[in-house]
Amino acid sequence: MSALEASSAPAVAETEDRRYQSWGRYPRVVHRRVFGAYWRDQLPGILNGAEPASLLPFGLGRSYGDCCLNDGRDLVDCSGLDRILQADWQSGRVRVEGGVSLAELLPVIVPRGWFLPVTPGTKFVTIGGAIANDVHGKNHHRAGTFGCHVRQFLLQRSDAGAVMCSPTDEPEMFAATIGGMGLTGVIAWADVQLTPVRSNAIEVDTVPFRGLQEFAAISQDSDSKYEYTVAWLDLLSGRRTQGLFFRGNHAEHGVSQPSGRSIAVPLDCPDFVLSKATIKLFNQAYYVAKSLAPRRAVSHYDPFFYPLDSVLQWNRIYGRRGMVQYQCVVPHAAAAAMEEMMARVGRSGHGCFLAVLKAFGNMPSPGLLSFPRPGLTLALDLPVRGERTLRLLNELDEILAAAGGALYPAKDARMSPATYESSFPRWRELREFIDPKCSSSLWRRVTGEECRT
Amino acid sequence: MQNVIILGATSGIVQPLERLMAADGKELLLVGRSQERLDTLAADLASRGARVLTCVADLSDMTQHRRVLQFAREKFPDFDTLLLAYGTLLDQEQCQVSPERAVEELNTNFVSAAALLTLFAGHFEARKAGTIAVITSVAGDRGRRSNYVYGAAKGGLSLFLQGLRGRMYLFGVRVLTIKPGPVHTAMTAHMKKSRMFVEPETAARQIYRALQDARAEVVYVPGRWKWIMRVIRAIPERSFKKLSM
Repeated sequence: MSALEASSAPAVAETEDRRYQSWGRYPRVVHRRVFGAYWRDQLPGILNGAEPASLLPFGLGRSYGDCCLNDGRDLVDCSGLDRILQADWQSGRVRVEGGVSLAELLPVIVPRGWFLPVTPGTKFVTIGGAIANDVHGKNHHRAGTFGCHVRQFLLQRSDAGAVMCSPTDEPEMFAATIGGMGLTGVIAWADVQLTPVRSNAIEVDTVPFRGLQEFAAISQDSDSKYEYTVAWLDLLSGRRTQGLFFRGNHAEHGVSQPSGRSIAVPLDCPDFVLSKATIKLFNQAYYVAKSLAPRRAVSHYDPFFYPLDSVLQWNRIYGRRGMVQYQCVVPHAAAAAMEEMMARVGRSGHGCFLAVLKAFGNMPSPGLLSFPRPGLTLALDLPVRGERTLRLLNELDEILAAAGGALYPAKDARMSPATYESSFPRWRELREFIDPKCSSSLWRRVTGEECRT
Repeated sequence: MQNVIILGATSGIVQPLERLMAADGKELLLVGRSQERLDTLAADLASRGARVLTCVADLSDMTQHRRVLQFAREKFPDFDTLLLAYGTLLDQEQCQVSPERAVEELNTNFVSAAALLTLFAGHFEARKAGTIAVITSVAGDRGRRSNYVYGAAKGGLSLFLQGLRGRMYLFGVRVLTIKPGPVHTAMTAHMKKSRMFVEPETAARQIYRALQDARAEVVYVPGRWKWIMRVIRAIPERSFKKLSM
């Protein structure tokens, strides 16, 4: 009953609420209002009542930078739209509301023999967010992006009402919304094709390596035999970067569920917790521990795909100043540039806690402005240490631009309009599909545009 | 507990609870005001493993109550649990200046609930088994300046349940009073958030545990509210009136 009451008046949340920051907690912004959408029937009212270029759909705030933020303007919190509307367990096709999280979906689908077609490194993202950022996972070389598995969706717009989009209905709006960063309207629901599995487990094989060439050889050898591949890097290990290559396939037989207990980081840690010295120590310990452990193991899907999710609010170890992630892709031919970037970070004296490397495959995404493209992708987590951090990343941008690479907006909080232009030369084509009521901090930052003109 | 009637099924506080029930394969009769929302909810719970029926009714309107009981008797005759979960939280300042708003708040949260419970009590009495569970509020434990109309309604409801518990005891029927503190839902979205707020999923797990524990009669959600309210009730009225609570 209360939900109906709330539909007449917009929900106004406190703007300092940490639920409405991004995962990197950088930049910090203040929103004017946050509308809570609990039912799809509230969406037209919220959209129609908004001012031009004022609104952005918000899911669980797991984008790192400012693509999920709307500084000084409004958000519509879609995480209450979290229902499964249809499920065909024969064909593995589900219709889910845009605010359904992967964490909510997995315990429903896995016991019934299905898995997410593509999953990012956290399960705390919504379906709407997965489409809006056209997310990828460890199986990109086989399965492409999340958008490749979306059959259709209902887009709620301020100017056209509910628009059904698929590769055949409104195909251009379909393409613009996949990777459209939430700017084309609110995804009310989507049809997603799941992938069949025999169990809840993954057979994991861990291979230590040194240097990018060894990585490339293992990666090439693995991509045809393994559904999931990714490498962890220790950028502070000296000249020939050491790392661990993880590769896995869905297992025939299941394992028991891990305890499910999670711990939370209770406070913002002081800077010394993530200094270069502590990271170096951690990396060495992790490398040695993993290298000594049995090479082959069967793991529940949860620790394999979402190792960090068991530490709630792990972003707080980066302290009050927050963190930035830098994820780029360079063509295979420009792998030397990747080596240079890794060396640059290693030499910089700037601690980099997490570095992940993967080879993207060739499967094209239906999205207009999708990030993944054939090549090598590198993701770095860096604590924000003021100007020093930004200077380092600007240097990386120069190497990236020379190599013909691209940066991932979902992870970005600082790229220049020039870097956005070289990453997404077709960005202007998105303009005409942007909902007149929508805008975002990132869009204003990288394009300098207010709204559709 | 296998067949559960949920009055106010679309309210924010019970939706996560309904999911827990669905995962355990319960049969649910969902009662709420909007057919569209009930349909959405029913689809979700069915895909999670529940068997679901829906019945549209505005429960603050007493003339619709008999139809709901009739529907339940015909289409859902084996129900063993009744969960009353609807309520509104109107603005206290409006309730202070408008007698109509105050009466509306008292009617939704107390009068209509008491009417429904009276209607269903007869059914449970005849059945000689089952659980009547009602979501009231910690706000009903003491009248406070900032929230006394809602508090009076919920407090009245809690008193009503105390008596009903005694009556139903004679027939082997359990009456469960559930007193949540503030929970993040649509009902409280406009309120200033404090550390005392909990997520509805957390509240749901505790309510579900109480529903399954046949000995539970009055539960605070989360449990710390039992001790907080004990302290708040102990403050003499002379001092309490000065507190800006």
